[in-house]
Amino acid sequence: MTGDIPSLVPVMPEIMLAIGAMVLLMLGVFQGDKSYGQVSNLSILLLVAAATVLVTKVGGERQLTFGGMFVTDSFAVFTKILVLTGSVIAILMSGNFMKQHKIAKFEYPILILMATLGMMVMISSNNMMTLYVGLELQSLSLYVLAAMNRDRTRSTEAGLKYFVLGALSSGMLLYGVSLVYGFAGTVDFDLLASSLKGQESTSMGVVVGMVFLMAGLAFKISAVPFHMWTPDVYEGSPTPVTAFFAAAPKVAALALLVRVLFGAFPGMIQEWQQVIVFISVASMLVGAFIALVQTNIKRLMAYSSIGHVGYALVGLAAGTQAGIEALLIYLAIYLTMTLGTFGAILCMRRSNGMVEDISDLSGLSQSNLPLAIGIAIFMFSLAGIPLLAGFWGKWYVFLAAVEAGLVPLAIVGVLTSVVGAFYYIRIIKVMFFDDPAPAFEGGQGNGISFVIGVSALINSPVSYFILIAPLVSAAGWAAQSLLF
Amino acid sequence: MEFFSNNLLSLMMIIPLLGSALILIIRHQDKEIEKRNIRQVALLATISTFILSIFLWVGFDNSSADFQFEERYSWVGDISYYVGVDGISMLLVVLTAFLMPIVILSSWESIETRVKEYMIALLLLETLMIGVFTALDIFLFYVFFEGGLIPMYLLIGVWGGLNRIYAAFKFFLYTLLGSVLMLVAVFYMYVETGTTDIPMLMNHEFAADVQNWLWLAFFASFAVKMPMWPVHTWLPDAHVQAPTGGSVILAGVLLKMGGYGFLRFSLPMFPDATEHFAWLVFALSIIAIVYTSLVALVQEDIKKLIAYSSVAHMGFVTIGIFILNTNGIEGAIFTMLSHGIVSGALFLCVGVIYDRLHTREISRYGGLSVNMKIYATTFVIFSMASVGLPGTSGFIGEFLVLNGAYAYNSWVAFGAATGVVLGAAYMLYLVRRLVFGELDKDDVKAMPDLTLREKLIFLPLLIVVFWMGIYPNSFLEPIHASVENLIQTDFSSAAEHAEGVTTSAAAAR
Repeated sequence: MTGDIPSLVPVMPEIMLAIGAMVLLMLGVFQGDKSYGQVSNLSILLLVAAATVLVTKVGGERQLTFGGMFVTDSFAVFTKILVLTGSVIAILMSGNFMKQHKIAKFEYPILILMATLGMMVMISSNNMMTLYVGLELQSLSLYVLAAMNRDRTRSTEAGLKYFVLGALSSGMLLYGVSLVYGFAGTVDFDLLASSLKGQESTSMGVVVGMVFLMAGLAFKISAVPFHMWTPDVYEGSPTPVTAFFAAAPKVAALALLVRVLFGAFPGMIQEWQQVIVFISVASMLVGAFIALVQTNIKRLMAYSSIGHVGYALVGLAAGTQAGIEALLIYLAIYLTMTLGTFGAILCMRRSNGMVEDISDLSGLSQSNLPLAIGIAIFMFSLAGIPLLAGFWGKWYVFLAAVEAGLVPLAIVGVLTSVVGAFYYIRIIKVMFFDDPAPAFEGGQGNGISFVIGVSALINSPVSYFILIAPLVSAAGWAAQSLLF
Repeated sequence: MEFFSNNLLSLMMIIPLLGSALILIIRHQDKEIEKRNIRQVALLATISTFILSIFLWVGFDNSSADFQFEERYSWVGDISYYVGVDGISMLLVVLTAFLMPIVILSSWESIETRVKEYMIALLLLETLMIGVFTALDIFLFYVFFEGGLIPMYLLIGVWGGLNRIYAAFKFFLYTLLGSVLMLVAVFYMYVETGTTDIPMLMNHEFAADVQNWLWLAFFASFAVKMPMWPVHTWLPDAHVQAPTGGSVILAGVLLKMGGYGFLRFSLPMFPDATEHFAWLVFALSIIAIVYTSLVALVQEDIKKLIAYSSVAHMGFVTIGIFILNTNGIEGAIFTMLSHGIVSGALFLCVGVIYDRLHTREISRYGGLSVNMKIYATTFVIFSMASVGLPGTSGFIGEFLVLNGAYAYNSWVAFGAATGVVLGAAYMLYLVRRLVFGELDKDDVKAMPDLTLREKLIFLPLLIVVFWMGIYPNSFLEPIHASVENLIQTDFSSAAEHAEGVTTSAAAAR
């Protein structure tokens, strides 16, 4: 009866994370909150170990397990590495902040581990069941993380808002799944793909189900019109949590969207392409224009992330292998830009606590030139100006769009990027041209300096010429596994 | 030596970069010594680059229309690091390298705050500008073209005048908006041809309707950079607010990118669209010439006046480019080179008196010929070169463009010629108010004449202005083969149209 025992090799990293998280939870429970530092460090170790196993043991071969519910391939490896990186950096940047705000609870790194586990399951899902389990594990952990600072109204408000709206989106997603199941008769991605492929016209029920499913996922990537929660949650959550929200879950949910659309509905590209084009354009527009009037840098970054999701979706809208490759390149670069920026935001601390207004950055180039240069690199990179890594991302997504015949989409994209450039260079203006405000307090720890330094270097012109070739080939390797 | 000539262009781009890296690590306890060292390193880097550019000119084969000094390394996918120069770009590279040491010298005393960042931005800008003129890969071109925005934005925003922030934003967003449309066109071209190689794209024939769209997209970018009416409004603001060094670079080099772009992309890649839209360019150029000249007449601010005169001169350049005959295009390139020297010099002249009195208002000056004799002479010479007095560099370019325009269409020539008249009017009016007249203001009386450093700055510019005016062939010969080749391959019918006049003019030369 050995045939009944599923192969565990493809799920090894996930199993490691699950068991490790339980063990660390026990450790925390017995030692209390003073074990925060220890649990954090062990969590980072665990995540790194999971990444190592993922690369060395699992590899990029397409493998199915648990009766086809769970899949790993090169696409999964690529995106999981991005997710793990985002999680490691989020924990790395949190230490001092959590201690200063007296919320250094051992649950924090464990919740991040749980969320990461959920994301990895999402990425590897090959069945609506796996999809939902992964998604909910991730979401529930994130709701708690948002409300981590429970004595502060804004943090609990953020958590509650996120939870209520998230539950609504889960409902929509489930409704969509049930429609798809009702009309197609299966929840397995491969079976769905093969049963939908040959048909002359797809039944309306499946289309409606798929749209509901996409709406639920659009909420998770905060794409317009399901973006309402993003600014409030970004602003209210503790900053390290916001940094985590902006990076890893975005990557995971986008990867899941790609997985569903290419894995389960490859034959319905006509139908879903319209939806993706719409939410992509809407996200780019909202991300560009509403960000113009923001004064709080965390809210600004929320709208910026909405816009960037729009750009990433341009690659998906292309619906081609080149488009997926572009999307993956974009995500990798976006991860470094956004984590670096949040690292910098974590440095915005004065004697009376954290400050979050853009005007607090006034004259930073005179009080702290290295930090100002770092932020300038991130801003120019987010704006997609050549010589910085962000331009590569834009180059590849818009190239894929033009290749797929979506020239108007590319034109909207480049025009909104000009609007976006306005608010990014406004931050540079504040830092370099305005009169200095009081300097920030130092002492945010080596973790943050390290993150800012490395991500600035990755985005800077220095590596612009070097790092891109390996990234492009890795993304190409990852994109080819999606059944083309 | 082999290595040297094989990598000349890369060396010219790397030296400023090395210079800025060196400046970054210069530290000294005495801030004055630190500043001095920074300035010296910057000067050394730019002079070395200029010396290399002389090698480039000397080693350039005038008889060949091909790209020379080519270097190619594959980079990502189809994109490669591919640089080289032909007759159209070679002298623009030399112009850039020539102006940079002068810019550094001119900022020697006027820039006192954040010297380190200033010099780094200038050197970075030099690399990017040389990159724009030498890139033979369209991706690489776009990177350099757009990357130059960053240092220029900082130059205007940090070291500029009172209203610098508005000007910096306007400069950045205007030029970015123009360029992103070009980016979409670049995508389209890459998708259709599968290459980003500029010489290969030149040989590709795009369908007629596609050409029109691509041409318009490129036009959006180059017209803003040029700048052409009605998208010129960023220029006066940027010029007025930029520090002197920034203005010189803007007028001397950045404005040439638009014209260069037309010659490198629009004409050879979209010849049908070029002929189709030529009327549009002529209309906009003639409006620009007449309108901005009239606006220049009523300016109260010296820098603004020169900025508007730049727009008018660039109108000349676009007319020269789009009449599509040898004289016109050679005249346009010559005008670009001459305008680079002359308007750069005029901004330096403004810088000299601005450093003394800290105002750019014309009415605050007057009678400078009494107490600043050398300065007055210099200023008058450059003004005359700007007007196009025979014997100065301005004359040759204007003459060739008008000659070519007349062969093409006498009405276009008429429109362009009004610019010569109006140009004389506003420049002479400026000279009268600034240099001549009564010396009645006490603070103006107290202004000292040029210092040795300032004389050193103006001397090479004066030499070049007369050299270009008296023996223009040294500059026209390298241009000729490439321009002929451009017209022969893409516009043979248009060239025949004007053949008679062109050959007679060539014989006369």
